[in-house]
Amino acid sequence: MDTVTIGIVVFPGSNCDHDTEFAAASFSKTSTRMLWHKSHDLQGSDVIILPGGFSYGDYLRAGSIAKFSPIMQEVVAFARQGRPVLGICNGFQVLLECGLLEGALSRNRDKKFICRHMHVKVENNRTMFTSLYDDNEVLSLPVAHGEGNYYAPENTIESLEEHDQIVFRYCDAAGNATEEANLNGSVSAIAGISNREKNVLGLMPHPERASEALLGSNDGARMFEGLVEYVLE
Amino acid sequence: MAYKAKIRVTLRPSILDVQGKAVQHALENLGYSTIDAARIGKYIEVTINEDQVGEAERIGDEICRKLLANPVMEDYSVELEKIN
Repeated sequence: MDTVTIGIVVFPGSNCDHDTEFAAASFSKTSTRMLWHKSHDLQGSDVIILPGGFSYGDYLRAGSIAKFSPIMQEVVAFARQGRPVLGICNGFQVLLECGLLEGALSRNRDKKFICRHMHVKVENNRTMFTSLYDDNEVLSLPVAHGEGNYYAPENTIESLEEHDQIVFRYCDAAGNATEEANLNGSVSAIAGISNREKNVLGLMPHPERASEALLGSNDGARMFEGLVEYVLE
Repeated sequence: MAYKAKIRVTLRPSILDVQGKAVQHALENLGYSTIDAARIGKYIEVTINEDQVGEAERIGDEICRKLLANPVMEDYSVELEKIN
């Protein structure tokens, strides 16, 4: 394979779809496809990204209605084949709602919408999304969410730990998982998790908004680059 | 024959309800010193065109599990009222 096709799902209310397209298209061997939610056609995508935004206006619960979009049946089938699916912010919420990932996201602990750069630690660099990061590397990535407070029952958290599914945790600049650094109150400071097979990743921070130095950080770029390398291999 | 399903979706007691907390504080500020908890949920009305109450109950329960509630952090109840 000499080129990688990255499909970006567009729901009514998605608003990070073009930023994600920009970040994904910045590598020479990639092409992008915007996939409208009513379609059943993944257009030959090698990677699927569910972008951030407010799909269906966050009606009922964030991500709850998007999971019934026609395209999501195809995305779930694609994920079940072991192929890469990345959900960013609202995309993470959709992955939880459709059962590809475990747990739920509720209102931030301090009620506020949080829009700022945060530090996150790479807890697992042995995934197709994080292979270009060092283990325990501290990244600076922007977050922008009102419902990013990750919750799962204790036995689910234990199972996530046991199977190395916790991929990112909020931390301070030195990499310590302090209470203050965990701004939204997530259980175990979880910022991103994968499924057990490690081909589905959901995270609240926005790697596409940290894809070049001009944006204040390029720590997000290696996630897209890593995915491209993974598909090309 | 139809039934009106009155559906209540509430956060599990173990889940922090930040909206409820904000309302509770506002009530305290209004001087209601005997109010020590407020929790906010959703109320949804659905009309189900079924003759059999058993079938209406089944549908009411199913739509809560599939869409209206998130079983990870929410509980629900369905109350049916016969209409027309």
